[in-house]
Amino acid sequence: MSFTTMEQLKTIGRELAMGSQGVWGSSKEFLELVKTIGEAKSKAEEERIVLAEIESLKRRIQEPDVPRKKMKEYIMRLVYVEMLGHDASFGYIHAVKMTHDDNLLLKRSGYLAVTLFLNEDHDLIILIINTIQKDLKSDNYLVCCAALTAVCRLINEETIPAVLPQIVELLNHQKELVRKKAVMALHRFFQRSPSTVSHLFPAFQERLCDRDPSVMSAVLCALYDMILVNVKPFKHLVASLVSILKQAVEHRLPKSYDYHRTPAPFVQIKLLKILALLGTGDKAASENMFNVLGDILKRSDSTSNIGNAILYECVRTLTSIYTNPRLLQNAAEITAKFLKSDNHNLKYMGIDALGRLIKITPECAENHQLAVIDCLEDPDDTLKRKTLDLLYKMTKANNVEVIVERMVEYIRNISDNHYKTEISSRVIELAERYAPSNQWFIQTMNQVFEIAGDLVPQKVAHDLMRLIAEGAGEEDEDADSHLRSSAVQAYLQILKEPKLPSILLQVISWVLGEYGIADGSHSAEFIIGKLCDIVATRPGDDKLKGYVVSAITKICAFEKAAGQTVDLIPECVSFIEELYASHSTDLQQRIYEFHAVLKLDRDTIASILPMDASCEDIEVDKDLSFLNSFVESALANGSRPYLSDNERRGMGAMTTLASNNDAGTSSLLRFQPYEKPSIPEPAAALVTASHYSQDAIDQHDIYSSTITVSTSSRAPESSSNDGTRLKLEGVQKKWGRPTYTPEAQVPKNPINISDSVKVSSSAAGKEASSRNSSAPPYTERKQPSQEISAEKKKLAASLFGSKAGETKAKPAAKLQQNGTSKKAPAKPTSPPAPAPAPPPADLLDLSDSLPQIPSVDPVDQLADLISVDSSAATSTTSLVEQVLDAGKVATKGPSPQASLQKDSVSRQVGVTPSGGTNPDLFKDLFG
Amino acid sequence: MEEQDLDSLSTGRQGKVRLTKWYSPYTQKERLKAIRELSALILPRGPKLCNFVEWKGLKVVYKRYASLYFCICVDSEDNELDGLEVIHHYVQVLDRYFGNVCELDLIFNFHKAYFILDEILIAGELQESSKKSVSRVISAQDTLVENAKEQASSLSNMIAQATK
Repeated sequence: MSFTTMEQLKTIGRELAMGSQGVWGSSKEFLELVKTIGEAKSKAEEERIVLAEIESLKRRIQEPDVPRKKMKEYIMRLVYVEMLGHDASFGYIHAVKMTHDDNLLLKRSGYLAVTLFLNEDHDLIILIINTIQKDLKSDNYLVCCAALTAVCRLINEETIPAVLPQIVELLNHQKELVRKKAVMALHRFFQRSPSTVSHLFPAFQERLCDRDPSVMSAVLCALYDMILVNVKPFKHLVASLVSILKQAVEHRLPKSYDYHRTPAPFVQIKLLKILALLGTGDKAASENMFNVLGDILKRSDSTSNIGNAILYECVRTLTSIYTNPRLLQNAAEITAKFLKSDNHNLKYMGIDALGRLIKITPECAENHQLAVIDCLEDPDDTLKRKTLDLLYKMTKANNVEVIVERMVEYIRNISDNHYKTEISSRVIELAERYAPSNQWFIQTMNQVFEIAGDLVPQKVAHDLMRLIAEGAGEEDEDADSHLRSSAVQAYLQILKEPKLPSILLQVISWVLGEYGIADGSHSAEFIIGKLCDIVATRPGDDKLKGYVVSAITKICAFEKAAGQTVDLIPECVSFIEELYASHSTDLQQRIYEFHAVLKLDRDTIASILPMDASCEDIEVDKDLSFLNSFVESALANGSRPYLSDNERRGMGAMTTLASNNDAGTSSLLRFQPYEKPSIPEPAAALVTASHYSQDAIDQHDIYSSTITVSTSSRAPESSSNDGTRLKLEGVQKKWGRPTYTPEAQVPKNPINISDSVKVSSSAAGKEASSRNSSAPPYTERKQPSQEISAEKKKLAASLFGSKAGETKAKPAAKLQQNGTSKKAPAKPTSPPAPAPAPPPADLLDLSDSLPQIPSVDPVDQLADLISVDSSAATSTTSLVEQVLDAGKVATKGPSPQASLQKDSVSRQVGVTPSGGTNPDLFKDLFG
Repeated sequence: MEEQDLDSLSTGRQGKVRLTKWYSPYTQKERLKAIRELSALILPRGPKLCNFVEWKGLKVVYKRYASLYFCICVDSEDNELDGLEVIHHYVQVLDRYFGNVCELDLIFNFHKAYFILDEILIAGELQESSKKSVSRVISAQDTLVENAKEQASSLSNMIAQATK
């Protein structure tokens, strides 16, 4: 209570003082405004007051002949209003006008308002440039400064040239204040567009030796940014920077730069940052620094905040330059001190520093286990998150379960989407890399889906489905079916929970459709009922419906193939009826397919939808021999023989309009036309649109991407070749997917119809192909992280005790280097682990409770790995093999052929071992 | 987001904003949203917790003075303790200028606070770490303003005064 009265008294006192003083021109009205807003009881009341204020300002500001002083006050009030979150754009132009004023105070206020109101891309900026130019030439250094301050905020890339020469001139101004601001302005230009000031590097370096320390420190800010971009041109500065740092540390800068008795700490920190950049991987440069760094570590006082800031920065520098064991020892001591501190800020810094240190000396984490666990348990959210970061860096095979469990628990309790996404992607990454068993992996993924739901990328869902389909290993069918039936059980369990995210439901529908009745413990009716329940929970989700329809199709097909009749339950029937008239063509197609499939006889069904064949290869008849008779009859009827793309190109004659269209389409999709015709003999005929049959329409959906491109490049020729044909160039523009008409020319569609049905009914098919096509880049990305993880592994082993897990992880990791599979580690190499389900190891527990995996010489395992692969070939490597086989096109970029190939390959994954040729791949890696 | 500070703002205990400065372009809507989110994030935190919050991949460093919170937003690679001291540095300069600064000084003289901030941070970088030179500049400007008021005449006169 007494506090409030004090406050009130103070308020009155201030107001009195202000009223009498009136120096800074705040009128009674403004004071009144601020006061009423301060006293406003609710947000609505505040809103009302501000709106009234805006109204009155709008009116008054437009009156003619507002005195300049009054105008300044209005503008200040606008600033205030805008700060409270309201739009004051009607007054911007007046602020701009005020910058033209001769009176410095008004000018300064104008600049202030303009910098607060506008950003550099605002239209009004152009009106200010002229004023700025004039002011930069002013004799009064304060006017110069005001203009320079505005320059930092308001000049964009295009307007830089207008002021650059003047600012460069100001670098040599007699006032240090102006020089400093000129440096800052140039720094800003560098951030905006580096090329405009690149010729000024020498000028910056000259200013580094300015006799005024404030100019020098401004140069440091700029240097830091420049070095961040390119270290090379600044290597020679190491010696002078070190000497500056030395001066600062030894207290030789003016007293006024002291901060809490620490000499020029901000300059020191900036210099340390720069030195860290310059010393990275450079032994000679680093050796120059060791002395002064040691000095800093000795001198800095760890009782004040700023002293700790310097120490922390020093640790950072030490961990990024060439290592010096003695100094690293000191750094470790400092980190320990941070971690042991009661101050949360220091703990936070300590965790961060530890994260950097373990990259270099993994064993130093050992001493801090307790401190780390403390931080993890801490109620402070920031600290917890930082610790999770650290754990993420320390994860390896033998502690992955504990760490992932922690992370999952954490994301369960937060609502911030940004961090949910980030941490769940980390969980997924860790799980993929170190998963001890497939069962565990599936469980973890389910948890992640449940918690983070639609924040998880689609790719992860497909990986999960593929894992379930591929199973643990190829030899062990029992384990596979066990895995699947346990997955089905788990999903049926999950379905009982309300409100599941769509992506998880998709996975569930797919798994139920594929394996729901596989082990015979559930009846088809039961599973179909469940699938209908899924749809009922999310009525508007078309994608999910597609998954469900495909799943129902599969179950019915399996049942029929097994010789049983399927009676659809009423809700299912009504669900299906509804879809016949669906707005989504995809759904309609699926449902008609479903209908068609059910009408077929038993053998046909069994061949088009065989049990557990989502990963089976589909034989592709590349020569399209089945079309030969059709082609012959077409030729006999007078059709022209097929010409290859190149031949036709030679005929030239492209209409400009059409070619423009083509350029647009093909550059968008980045496909090339077929490289070679797949039919070598000129047997294939051009087939006119009228011949075009229903079959092609069926296929169209699957191959739309390939066909779209191949045809769009042909459409013009076909029309110029044959005048009698319909001219359809314009049509494809109008109706979006330009597939139908020109598709007539693609009789070499390489998949027979029954196959195509199979593909489209397996919902994952399409996406699988797109996932596959991204495989090669994945390889490259994975490899560097592999190098680090070797170190991490060592660290975590020492931190968490077990040495045993290490050996197991290695061969798995090696395999991963192939980049062939995202979740390959531990799977194909080690014998299929039938879920050892180790008891959850305690973080602190050293090796006792951890699963004892027989330690094997990693080299032996490596040898095993190679021999295994050359003979039996993991499916995944064969995948890459095939893609490579498909020709160089496959590696260069998407092409229709390659994507077809990949499409079929992707379905083959995991089942057909096609060994023999694999050793080549490994030769690259190991030889 | 290469700037060191994306914005610095001080808010009252009830989340009333007293001062904001944005060093990267944001729309008014984004600003409001950011302020709301940050207030919700920072105000409930207890005194013993650390002064850093992670927010959308950036770090926000805050410090509480009586009923005022000063926050600055720094890059994920920046030194947090450094940021903390930048805040303290600013407050000390304010204190020096206003003489025992309190929230009301900032409310009624917010443009002054902006001028000072402009002297300390430019384009999101700390530009002046000497308290003395900051106050020297500001008082030079004030003297100039005083003179301008009294004389409002020739520019040369003013310079003579200011550079005396």
